[in-house]
Amino acid sequence: MPEALSISNLTKTYANDVQALSQINLSVEQGDFFALLGSNGAGKTTMIGIICSLLNKTSGEVKVLGLDQVQHLNEVKRMIGLMPQEFNFNPFEPIEEILINQAGYHGINRGEARKRAEVLLKRIELWDKRLDMAKSLSGGMKRRLMLARALIHQPKILILDEPSAGVDVEIRRSMWAYLKELNAQGMTIILTTHYLEEAELLCRNIAILDKGKVIEQTSMKKLLAKVSQQVLILESVKKLPNTLPEFDFQIERLDDHSVQVVLDKMNISQALNLLSLKDIEIEHVRSAQNRLETLFLRLTSKVG
Amino acid sequence: MWIAYKTIVVKEVLRFSRIWVQTIFPPIITTSLYLLIFGGLMGERIGDMQGVDYLHFIIPGIILMTVIQNAYANTVSSFFLAKFNHSIEELLISPVSYWVILLGYISGGVVRGFTVGIGVFIAVSFFVDMQIDNGWIIFATFLLTAILFSLAGFINAVFAQSFDDISIVPTFILMPMTYLGGMFYSIEILPEFWQMLSKFNPIYYMVDSFRMGFLGTSTTDFSTSMAVLMSMILALSVVAYYLLKKGVNIKT
Repeated sequence: MPEALSISNLTKTYANDVQALSQINLSVEQGDFFALLGSNGAGKTTMIGIICSLLNKTSGEVKVLGLDQVQHLNEVKRMIGLMPQEFNFNPFEPIEEILINQAGYHGINRGEARKRAEVLLKRIELWDKRLDMAKSLSGGMKRRLMLARALIHQPKILILDEPSAGVDVEIRRSMWAYLKELNAQGMTIILTTHYLEEAELLCRNIAILDKGKVIEQTSMKKLLAKVSQQVLILESVKKLPNTLPEFDFQIERLDDHSVQVVLDKMNISQALNLLSLKDIEIEHVRSAQNRLETLFLRLTSKVG
Repeated sequence: MWIAYKTIVVKEVLRFSRIWVQTIFPPIITTSLYLLIFGGLMGERIGDMQGVDYLHFIIPGIILMTVIQNAYANTVSSFFLAKFNHSIEELLISPVSYWVILLGYISGGVVRGFTVGIGVFIAVSFFVDMQIDNGWIIFATFLLTAILFSLAGFINAVFAQSFDDISIVPTFILMPMTYLGGMFYSIEILPEFWQMLSKFNPIYYMVDSFRMGFLGTSTTDFSTSMAVLMSMILALSVVAYYLLKKGVNIKT
């Protein structure tokens, strides 16, 4: 079975001599939910632009489901749906028209396009606004519109560039649920995001880009295993003593009912047992840090 | 490909139809004023031109001027706005060939040129008893002119970086060329040097053959006019296709 996406030695140098991508090698399996992480200017959007034929590459090869992007340009375009980072629709067009037109560009007749648009607009809760001009939508609605537009031709691979930017928590959660549903149906999803929680929650595999190079490509599980240290906040049932007893791990009293602990080698159940022996019963545990964020910063040398 | 082409054309037609107050109505008003002032009020004092009265002489030129301006304006504004708001990416990521994109935008310009041209013709018919000598010549000239200026508008839009860039060419090149292309006069009344210079202006051939379709009178051969128009369309088509394929000012 060919890979959903295979990139070999991809290089992009802009006219102003800025090298956005340097000898990138990357592969994404079919049916994967893949995260592409990197700080601003790392080259994520450039890479997506090249995959989706919006930018010209300087050198290298891009294959989509085994087909070379140059030799089979139209077939490759049919297989990809793109939700870009920036709004890129005509704000003076009605929402439904935007979807119907996009379907038309993919050779889908108006009748069928209208049916698909109805299903998608209902799914993303924009059906009531179908006749409104796109400019009248809020930022979150515009993002959902772009998601629907990316799906109108039923692509095999969905590429999402910062899908949650500017979307409130509730809508973000419902969008995640929808993306999980699409992935469960077999669609390969590649996303870039600044919300590392989003990548950790949704994606099975990950590549980290830094200064135009892939510095890590592995499974999310393996990557997170590299972070041995856990920082947790524990909430106790009873009021905590003013001076805490000594433990084999770092502990800091935050207030009358909560402490922060740093666990290096010990796991959480061992720590809870030790606390219990000193009459500190814990009723709630939560993470004080995003592990992926820690790792990301470490890999991109933002922290030691 | 047919569905994609139809989609672009329908989108273009809906675009200018939605803003008909800006796109269709003003040329009809402007043209009526031209006819009232130059034809109705001043025309009697000017007398005949190429053997016909002045009012009837200028009507074909004025109709063709609106076709030229509107065909050009439609593609230049539509394609530039698509670049400006990045909605051109909707087409670039889709399996639509560059010829279809080009043809779609050109067809949009032709439809707007036709719509406004018909609108002006109807408006003029209320004031003047219109005569048509050869409908086929009128249609052929209209079609080729609209295609040519839609292509020119498209090329302008590709190079345009700002809204100023899409108004410079119509104001400083298109308008003078139209006015100096024999729209208001026959080039026969010009000194020999200016007559010769006028023959380098492609708009002269369009106005002349369009006028021949209405009045049956012309200063040049119809086949020469068609040859000039078709060669220019061919040249601009190749340029526009090349620019689109290379992604000039569209892709980096």
